[in-house]
Amino acid sequence: MTDPASNRPRVGLFVTCLVDMFRPSVGMAAVKLIEHAGCDVVVPRAQTCCGQPAYNSGDRPDAKALALQTIAAFEGCDYVVAPSGSCAGMLKAHYPRLMDEGSNDHARAADFSERVHELVAFLVDVRGLTSVPGNFTGKVTYHDSCSGLRELGIKTQPRRLLTSIKGLELKEMADSEICCGFGGAFSVKFPDISNAMVEKKSANIAAADVDVILAGDLGCLMNMAGKLKRQESSTACRHVAEILAGELDDPPIAAALDKR
Amino acid sequence: MQPTAHDFKSNARAALGDKQLQDALSGLPGGLVAQRAAARARLPEFDGLRDYGRDLRNHTLEHLDVYLERYETAVKGAGGHVHWAANGDEACAAILRICQDAGARLVTKGKSMVSEEIGLNARLEGAGLEVVETDLGEYILQIRHETPSHIIAPAIHLTQGQVEADFRREHAHLPAGRRLVDPAELVDEARQILREKFIEADVGITGANFLIAETGSSIIVTNEGNGDLTQSLARVHIVITSIDKVVPTLDDASALLRLLARSATGQEITSYTTFSTGPRRDGDPDGPEAYHVVLLDNGRTELLGSEFREVLRCIRCGACMNHCPVYNAVGGHAYGWVYPGPIGAVLNPGFIGIKEAGNLPNASTFCGRCEAVCPMRIPLPKLMRHWREREFAGGDTPFTTRMALKSWAALARRPWAYHLLARLTSRAMRVASGRSGAFRWLPFATGWTGGRDFPAPQGRTFQELWAARQKQAASKRSAR
Ligand code: SF4
Repeated sequence: MTDPASNRPRVGLFVTCLVDMFRPSVGMAAVKLIEHAGCDVVVPRAQTCCGQPAYNSGDRPDAKALALQTIAAFEGCDYVVAPSGSCAGMLKAHYPRLMDEGSNDHARAADFSERVHELVAFLVDVRGLTSVPGNFTGKVTYHDSCSGLRELGIKTQPRRLLTSIKGLELKEMADSEICCGFGGAFSVKFPDISNAMVEKKSANIAAADVDVILAGDLGCLMNMAGKLKRQESSTACRHVAEILAGELDDPPIAAALDKR
Repeated sequence: MQPTAHDFKSNARAALGDKQLQDALSGLPGGLVAQRAAARARLPEFDGLRDYGRDLRNHTLEHLDVYLERYETAVKGAGGHVHWAANGDEACAAILRICQDAGARLVTKGKSMVSEEIGLNARLEGAGLEVVETDLGEYILQIRHETPSHIIAPAIHLTQGQVEADFRREHAHLPAGRRLVDPAELVDEARQILREKFIEADVGITGANFLIAETGSSIIVTNEGNGDLTQSLARVHIVITSIDKVVPTLDDASALLRLLARSATGQEITSYTTFSTGPRRDGDPDGPEAYHVVLLDNGRTELLGSEFREVLRCIRCGACMNHCPVYNAVGGHAYGWVYPGPIGAVLNPGFIGIKEAGNLPNASTFCGRCEAVCPMRIPLPKLMRHWREREFAGGDTPFTTRMALKSWAALARRPWAYHLLARLTSRAMRVASGRSGAFRWLPFATGWTGGRDFPAPQGRTFQELWAARQKQAASKRSAR
């Protein structure tokens, strides 16, 4: 609970599988931003995955077990924040739906759901942040990941924080609200369709003529970055938290490591 | 229609490589999608109207038996006949019997997806009847021997050039130098050809967008007026439709029509909205001598009593497919049965079984765009997920997928093992990728790496970095 000495709310960081395994620097950027917004961060060890792969594959029992595990792991946190619209959407919108209406588990999931936020929405809507530690000079565009946009209503928040950065020019690309084709298991089960979708996305990115493409979900970013890399595009691909926090030491997603 | 939904993946691959199809599909965003957006912007109460439509349909489904009975009574009162059909076979048999009793040879048809669902044309033609489609799109498909690829724009998979070529070939008696570029010119030519058919037809078959319980009327909406000619010039008018189309009153129907036209084509109202109530009465200047309605169930009652009930709110506007990135990529035929797109992904497994159609509810990223535009606020992704749940519970999920899921879930439920494996995987993949930052090929994701690189991990997990940071902070504290 809120530390009585410092009066800083206690935020549990839900890291997400992809950030944990592929791009921990996004997690570090998230920590920096949450602390910047006047909160203390804890990272429960008992968290793993939100259960979305099971849930979306029709495996309800496993999804439910993972939901209960996650809820238990974050007991005692004032807020639960995830650097992903997709995982936050799972925690917030779908956990209660996994439990039987009227059950004790349902009540716990509903209470948990109230405390869950996607990172950027948390910074803006809950903490009222108007400026960020990051500084960046260049042109960027922002891809609206589906779950964040349509399940959580995330649209203006990242744009507001991005445009607070002096020197950063935000350019809107065409169809920023259309799915990039990732879709988790979809990209593995239907790779041809997924590839056709990300091809349309990369064409829109190219037409926007920017230095960096940003999004709030690592899954979408890995998909887009993978495509851009294959096309030998010079557009860099980063999680929005990296720019907002000014954590730009690591090379962009899928970029070659500097020969130092 | 023989389903090929089980071949969805190869259907889709072929569709992606079909240049002409891709050309045709590229018109969707600037066409139907943009038109709907403009219509929505012109009607500030659009979203409120959607709530109203949703509630109205829920109410009707809740009391479907009552409204269907009321409807039947009203149709009989107006001098018409109602035939109940449990499945496609019964529906076709009823229609064939009506045609044969009328001594029919030539049948004209308005557009009807239900008639596709029951395979009506093949059945009638098999019995020696001539069947002529009168909707321009359906007419084109009939001369090409194809099926619709969209529920309101059946020939949307074709380019103007393809249709022009078909017309020049089929209508060889017309002047070679004529212009066939604008849709209006194509409609005109089809109408010329169809005029004789309309007059000679013995039976006219149409679908119905709505049935009105209060009055016993059926409603069709068209933009070509072909439906009116089909149903009023023939001696017998048969309406083939399904039980979910009934609404309580005329007022209710008009609210849904406002949503339908805007969601479908971005029109305020379609060019023709035609109400039919029974056969011609004494003193009527025209109209059929007999009026029949064939009401199809075909699995709908079962859906009504299941977790899929909400799909029966559908008013077949097509907005979900227009906005679906998967439909936009592969078109309607790839879905392999009558109803394509998100609505098909939910309906088809109900009609032809999850074993045949299992691919369809799986072929979605759950991007949610369909639900966001559906005028009836049908939670299509949720319903697709319910099919996946049935598939999984019934053991129909492919074995490898099942095993992968199960072992992954077992791991995720043991945090220490999970964190250990995450560390090892991250490290191993980082090493294997060298300094390139990405994989051009990965053994377990060859589908992915066929078209794009797979980004490499940074090499350490977040949990590791976090533990290191905590340790550092603790040692700083103790040093003080
Ligand atoms: S599901 Fe909704 S959007 Fe799709 S056809 Fe039906 S009413 Fe229209």
